[in-house]
Amino acid sequence: MSSTVQPRGATKIALSVHSWLVYIFFFAPIFVLIVFSFSDGRNVGRWGGFTLEWYQGFFDHNQIQSAVWVSIRVALLSTVISVVLGTLAALALERFKFRGRQVFDALLYLPIIIPDVTMAVMMLLFFSEFFELLDAWFNLDWQKGFGSITISHIAFNISFVSVVVRARLAGMSEVLEEAALDLYATRWKTFRYVTFPQIMPGVAAGALLALTESLDDVVVTQFAAGPGATTLPVFVFGLIRRGVTPLVNATSVLMLTASVFLVALSLAFQQFSGRGGRSLLRGGREAVSTPNNQMKKEIYQ
Amino acid sequence: MTSDGGNDQVNNQAAALELTAITKRFGSVVAVDNVDLEIADGEFFALLGPSGCGKTTTLRMIAGLELPSEGSLKIFGDEAATLPPNKRPVNTVFQDYALFPHMTVEVNVAFGLKMQRVPKVEIAERVREAIGLVRLEGLEQRRSQQLSGGQRQRVALARALVNRPKVLLLDEPLGALDLKLRQEMQGELKALQREVGITFVFVTHDQEEALTMADRIGVLNEGELLQVGTPAEIYEHPVNRFVANFIGQTNLLDATVVSNDTVCLANGVHIPGKSDLDVGSRVAVCLRPERAGMHRPDQVPADHQSVVGRLESVTYLGNALVYTVAFEWARLEVRRENQPGGYRPYVGEEVAVSWTLDAISVVRA
Repeated sequence: MSSTVQPRGATKIALSVHSWLVYIFFFAPIFVLIVFSFSDGRNVGRWGGFTLEWYQGFFDHNQIQSAVWVSIRVALLSTVISVVLGTLAALALERFKFRGRQVFDALLYLPIIIPDVTMAVMMLLFFSEFFELLDAWFNLDWQKGFGSITISHIAFNISFVSVVVRARLAGMSEVLEEAALDLYATRWKTFRYVTFPQIMPGVAAGALLALTESLDDVVVTQFAAGPGATTLPVFVFGLIRRGVTPLVNATSVLMLTASVFLVALSLAFQQFSGRGGRSLLRGGREAVSTPNNQMKKEIYQ
Repeated sequence: MTSDGGNDQVNNQAAALELTAITKRFGSVVAVDNVDLEIADGEFFALLGPSGCGKTTTLRMIAGLELPSEGSLKIFGDEAATLPPNKRPVNTVFQDYALFPHMTVEVNVAFGLKMQRVPKVEIAERVREAIGLVRLEGLEQRRSQQLSGGQRQRVALARALVNRPKVLLLDEPLGALDLKLRQEMQGELKALQREVGITFVFVTHDQEEALTMADRIGVLNEGELLQVGTPAEIYEHPVNRFVANFIGQTNLLDATVVSNDTVCLANGVHIPGKSDLDVGSRVAVCLRPERAGMHRPDQVPADHQSVVGRLESVTYLGNALVYTVAFEWARLEVRRENQPGGYRPYVGEEVAVSWTLDAISVVRA
């Protein structure tokens, strides 16, 4: 029954060996990290018996806890703002013709393409100049911290969101919007009832991607952070410089778990759509507030 | 076809649609060129032409999805050329139906009413009625991806008709269906139009579909409206070579006008042929294959014109036979019903292709 495009014989064996090597290459370090996060003893890399004390330590460590909260707040706020701006940018680029569109299109990709360090130095310069001006003109004494971190995260997240949303918009036929207009919908209602439900999976995937990017970022944040606030990855980076302890391992494992969860959620949302989204709908169709149910409620209740 | 300039006509006497000097340009391309067209209330009108002829653009201008570059467009007497689509009393059945994939059949159909803020009780009533009209009862909770092509088409029809538009526009409504379903839907659409009594304007590239369904047809080519008329008028008296060729099968013989009732064929033979074109104009003599006769060269009836050629091939169609007869200067097809007996020449034989004066029409080349 196997098709002739399927590899056979030696090729097949070589391919499966290769894929196992890739998996080991990927996952062995993660496995080691996880194992040693449970190691009792200050020495990283020497097994000292099983313990959960480092996880306990993670939750007891005041600075870590405040860094976690900064991370979460920065991630949520920058995600919300960049999702709105990124989606609007995607809509503009995909649906409207305007002067300078191609330039804007190219510039939008810039934060994804340019090295993190460049972006970080840009941010550093920008904020120091900006705060100086604020001080000189308005006599405001602003410091780098939560605000500057959030702004810098918004700056790169807009690109990620708009790229993902655009991919979704490009797959959506403009005819649906024309049909809505033809059926007496205003432009706003067309967006609200037709365009948005159609691009929703893209927006959600973009949001989760932005959330992950924000939670993971070290380089840009390090340059934008000030004495007032720092995020978890930057704090961990600082810890390492003072010597790696299994506390770093435990923290990394928790961050890894959170990231994997978000990425998995993002992938699930990309699968979910009006057309191909039966997997998520199945089992809970009536419980989920789908655009259809919502519209139906508005019509009949 | 042109308006008398009376702008203050009473609405119920005005034409359903009145296009005056409508032109649409995309950059330097003229998609629709100076079209004048009047469509009466209750008419089933077909815009027919090859792809790229401007028929869909014309329909989209009526729907408001494109704005005309020039000209006036009136819907029941009211100027509408620049109105947005949501302000026009017309609805469209889109080519691929454009059903909202995230909504069920019921919500798709209710959409237009909801947008017009129709009271909820009335929405429920009218949606049920529309779904009944297109016989989709029982499928209300399905989504478009769970429907067959024919069912989707019905949903699209119900979604448009539920709004009781003054004019219903259909963009290649049967294009996505297979042949059998298409023929079935032709009859159904026609019956539906009679039932609801709304003006239907549909776009098609299929001349057979236009002939079968429409009360009147407008033939477009390269943005120009070439001819408007009933199917019989267009089939029997095409205005030019393009229309003659596009509608049905036809033989076209190059000729020149000699006088108002004589033309000269390319082989130099003068034959009777009425035309009101200038002497010396290049024309084509249009002879439909089913109207041409075929006889042994010595047995041509006295009142028939004829040309003699050699039978080149015979195509067997079951109910009919198509004979291709070659001349030095042209080739003619003759279609004969497949009746027992009668004249059955062999390939290679000399035959006379004949016609009576009323079987041909002289058209502009």
